Amino acid sequence: MGYLEGFWVTFKKMWEDRVTAPYPEQKAPKPVRLHGRHVLNRYEDGMEKCIGCELCAGVCPAKCIYVRGADNPPDDPVSPGERWGFIYEINYLRCIHCDLCVEACPTEAITESKLFEFSFTNRQDAIYTRDELLVDDEGMPQKLPWEDWREGEDLFTSAWMRATASSGNAAYEGVTAWSGELGYGVRAPELGQSAPEAVPVDPTDEAEAADAAHEDTGH
Amino acid sequence: MDPLLTGELTAGDVGIVLLKVVVTFVFLLVAVMLMIWFERKLISDMQNRIGPDLAGPWGLFQTFADGVKFFFKEDLKPLRADMGVFRLAPYLSIIPAFVVFCIVPIGGNFVGDDAGVVSIFGHDTFLQVADPPIGILLFLALSSIAVYGVMLAGWSSGSKYPLLGSVRATAQMVSYEAALGLTVATVILLTGSLSTNAIVDAQAATTSVLGFEVPSWNLWTAGVVPFVIFVLAATAELNRPPFDLVEAEQEIVGGFHTEYSSIRFALFFLAEFMNVITMSAIIVTLFLGGPAGPTLFGPDLMWGPIWFFAKVFCFLFMFVWFRATLPRFRYDQLMDLGWKLLIPLALGWLLLLATIRIARDEEWNQFAVAAGVVVIGAVAVGLLQRAISTARKERAAANGVEVFD
Repeated sequence: MGYLEGFWVTFKKMWEDRVTAPYPEQKAPKPVRLHGRHVLNRYEDGMEKCIGCELCAGVCPAKCIYVRGADNPPDDPVSPGERWGFIYEINYLRCIHCDLCVEACPTEAITESKLFEFSFTNRQDAIYTRDELLVDDEGMPQKLPWEDWREGEDLFTSAWMRATASSGNAAYEGVTAWSGELGYGVRAPELGQSAPEAVPVDPTDEAEAADAAHEDTGH
Repeated sequence: MDPLLTGELTAGDVGIVLLKVVVTFVFLLVAVMLMIWFERKLISDMQNRIGPDLAGPWGLFQTFADGVKFFFKEDLKPLRADMGVFRLAPYLSIIPAFVVFCIVPIGGNFVGDDAGVVSIFGHDTFLQVADPPIGILLFLALSSIAVYGVMLAGWSSGSKYPLLGSVRATAQMVSYEAALGLTVATVILLTGSLSTNAIVDAQAATTSVLGFEVPSWNLWTAGVVPFVIFVLAATAELNRPPFDLVEAEQEIVGGFHTEYSSIRFALFFLAEFMNVITMSAIIVTLFLGGPAGPTLFGPDLMWGPIWFFAKVFCFLFMFVWFRATLPRFRYDQLMDLGWKLLIPLALGWLLLLATIRIARDEEWNQFAVAAGVVVIGAVAVGLLQRAISTARKERAAANGVEVFD
């Protein structure tokens, strides 16, 4: 009965589990290299990584980054270099999250978190200033009122190596290619092709998955 | 006739009629809301989705929220629309949808000689808003008027997709109305009355099928075929999948209601789903004995509506199931099914039942009748096939294509 088999298929489907995630209540796990909103990182001693070189602003295709550098005050330096970025603004009405700024940055100062759920309601909130982008004293991104952070999501913050790491290149396997950062220390190198293939995707295990991913693949 | 309306008309009689009208109206509105919710939920289930679940418990108030939204949306009027007809069309759709339900008996005492008469506040009446002597013809007439709603909506929009949609709608609904009418004629032939109350009353008796004592529902007394034809034709008449060419999104946007917005669109939407409910109720009335069913406990009167709505619910489920399962027909397939299969079959079955009836009444020789039926049936099928294949060959020849068969 070729005509009637289809009815049985749809009838069976009624009793199966749903594939839809109840999104606002429960978030699906995000890919490790997802481009979210930026953070400005700091070294383990609390110094800012940004040296105000404006390369990110220069490379930005959307022209959404505005940076101004200044000489570090000799008695109280903000960054370990000669200069520091005393103005750093990203306009998220323009940003296309291409991550070119992250590629361009010579000091790993700007990276992207995994957060894309930030629905500001005015243009002033859309322009993230240096104070808002800078990570706090634990190396965690600041949680602004209009951003939807969940438990464990800020563990995914440091994205620099995920964007630029030489995954798959055997020559760099096991070689640490980044400097230490506040709250995390020097992260272990990526394992490249010898890394375990599957990362757990069960959203209930999200926090554990985050930790596992950090350790196993050297984040 | 409704015993309420015979004899002298009193204020109480008017009150009862008003009560029935209001109850039916409110019931239909609530039923449509629940039907839309039910359809969305059920089709999500069949597609492994969740469906509306935020407005109220299990998303029950989703339709209500949508309705409120429709009220507050801007009412766009196309520049080239014929405004008078454009405004009229939604009402031509919605009013027949409401009125058809008036002739459906949803309960009543059909056991014995009561003919469905019940007593409300001391007045004898039927559990249906009206029982006109033309009965089921009113249903056919009103569904024809509903075609005008769709047709005029597309025509008056002054836009191409609505026009294409309404051309499809007109051809489709007119075609399938013929099959629908012929199967209704079969039921009328068995009952001997047009009144829906009489049709239900006639099905309340019992008959013997294959040695089992069963209620004489037209489903089997008419031989199942008219029922199947009626369900198929009704699906097409409702523009439900797999016959939803009228609103084929992939081809003609929204069909006849493409240019409609705000509450005018909501009226079409409402009419569409109300027609699903009414059509299910008509199917139950014509073929499944209406409110007939056993009394399990408590008062008899309560069980009429319960059985009635249980049966209606089965058909609502069926319509959604169709939608979840079947892909849309192509236009020529639709016309082939209607004109070359359903209409000849419905007509043949009507003649067959009429022949059996007369043969029984006149006490003709059974074997002679059976032989005659087989011979005439074979000749008719042969002629139809020959006509169809000749037409196909000529059409192919006109297009310069050779047909192999």
